Amino acid sequence: MIALLTRDLRLAVRAGGGFGLGLAFFLIVVVLVPFGVGPETALLGTIAPGILWLGALLACLLSLDRIFALDWEDGSLDLLATAPLPMEAVVSVKALAHWLTTGLPLVLATPLFALLLSLPGAGYGPLVLSLLLGTPALSVIGTFGAALTVGIKRGGLLLSLLVLPLYVPTLIFGAEMARRGAEGLDTTTPLLMLAGISCGTIALLPFASAAVLRVNLR
Amino acid sequence: MPELGKYAVEVLSSYAVSIALLAVLVGLSLWRSRRVRAQLEEVEERVRRDGQD
Amino acid sequence: MNLNALWEYANPKKFIRTTERVLPWVSVLSVVALVVGLIWGFFFTPDDYRQGSTVKIIYLHVPAALMAINTWLMMLITSLIWIVRRHHVSALAARAAAPVGAVMTVIALATGAIWGQPMWGTWWAWDPRLTSFLILFLFYLGYMALWEAIENDDTAADLTSVLCLVGSVFALLSRYAVNFWNQGLHQGASLSLDKEENVADVFYWPLLVCIAGFVLLFIALVLLRTRTEIRARRMRALLARERMR
Repeated sequence: MIALLTRDLRLAVRAGGGFGLGLAFFLIVVVLVPFGVGPETALLGTIAPGILWLGALLACLLSLDRIFALDWEDGSLDLLATAPLPMEAVVSVKALAHWLTTGLPLVLATPLFALLLSLPGAGYGPLVLSLLLGTPALSVIGTFGAALTVGIKRGGLLLSLLVLPLYVPTLIFGAEMARRGAEGLDTTTPLLMLAGISCGTIALLPFASAAVLRVNLR
Repeated sequence: MPELGKYAVEVLSSYAVSIALLAVLVGLSLWRSRRVRAQLEEVEERVRRDGQD
Repeated sequence: MNLNALWEYANPKKFIRTTERVLPWVSVLSVVALVVGLIWGFFFTPDDYRQGSTVKIIYLHVPAALMAINTWLMMLITSLIWIVRRHHVSALAARAAAPVGAVMTVIALATGAIWGQPMWGTWWAWDPRLTSFLILFLFYLGYMALWEAIENDDTAADLTSVLCLVGSVFALLSRYAVNFWNQGLHQGASLSLDKEENVADVFYWPLLVCIAGFVLLFIALVLLRTRTEIRARRMRALLARERMR
């Protein structure tokens, strides 16, 4: 399992793109938003939590089709299927690798980008915490979507169509928590709900992803 | 025609939209049903003919 | 009644033969119920004292909204049957029902927007129920797109079934998330066993007839479309065998 994880991480870093691309995309979204809504600090500060959450979500989405596509093309996915490792573990490791290469850098870079959008000072803690809690769920849900569309040529657009509705609860609670934090309100309820969603998806969704992947490898 | 008052446009347009959508759905379903049935008969006929010789 | 006998209809041939006889009756009944219900509602019910004549939209809005949700429920059940017992008719029925559900969702959203304009002063508000229906519509779109994208019938049936199961859980989650996110403008339930909450009696009976009409229309459409899917599947199988030779 650890061998698979290190292999995936090394591939992600070396294959160029996958690793930095999400961050670059996130940066571009953050830069483009003021052009779209105007440069007033007050307005930017109000919408910053939502924009940052949306940017992180889209950056996650962007790299989803890479989770299985390369392994599918060169046949190593079939090898993994026949390996003694259960499919559920393979899927979980893949999701973890995706989170480490996409979700975690996004979380670490967010305070910097929040600066650009002039987020109020009280908002930094809840924002980073909400992303830290929410992005694993995004990776796990995305892995499910990637497993569904793995056999389809040019499945990228379909993948977004399938995954984005599934992202709705995570986005709502995550952005709500960040927004409440920025406004200095109590964040306990969305925090608990977000953590619940993350734990639930991490615990249950790999079974669905593995089942789907087995069907696709049949 | 009943007296619809100032909301006539809203009521009539919602009836028009809904009935039009339902009609399109029913029409498409019927059309596809006919087409697939005809195609299947054609294919079955061909398979039967090929099977004989 | 012997429940086991029900599984016989999972045989495609038997299904086609039985529905051949049932379908005309259901179609006629649904047309009758829809015509009676809508004409009753449109011409012979009074205006509401607050909402004026817009209350007549209820005869389309509520049945369509009900069917939009119940169609997904039906797809969930047929998907489960496919996963557990692997009856092809079940998977194909789910496929046949999805576009019907999508259209019902659009009708509910469209009539809701038209109704909301004079009552709430806006075409669209991010009211929880409206938002949930929009999300439901996205789920229908994704489900149908996945069916279309996969060539192998059995693979497609498996994948869409799992998507339907997972999607149901997330749709429910979204419903609660959206409720939490914004308090709504909608009134309480239009129909419930609790008499206090119900719509007034004059609107109640024509509404019930309309709902019956929508349910029957849904059954007729799903039967018709399932027959089409069964035939299309058989045709693909025959063509594939032909190419093998």
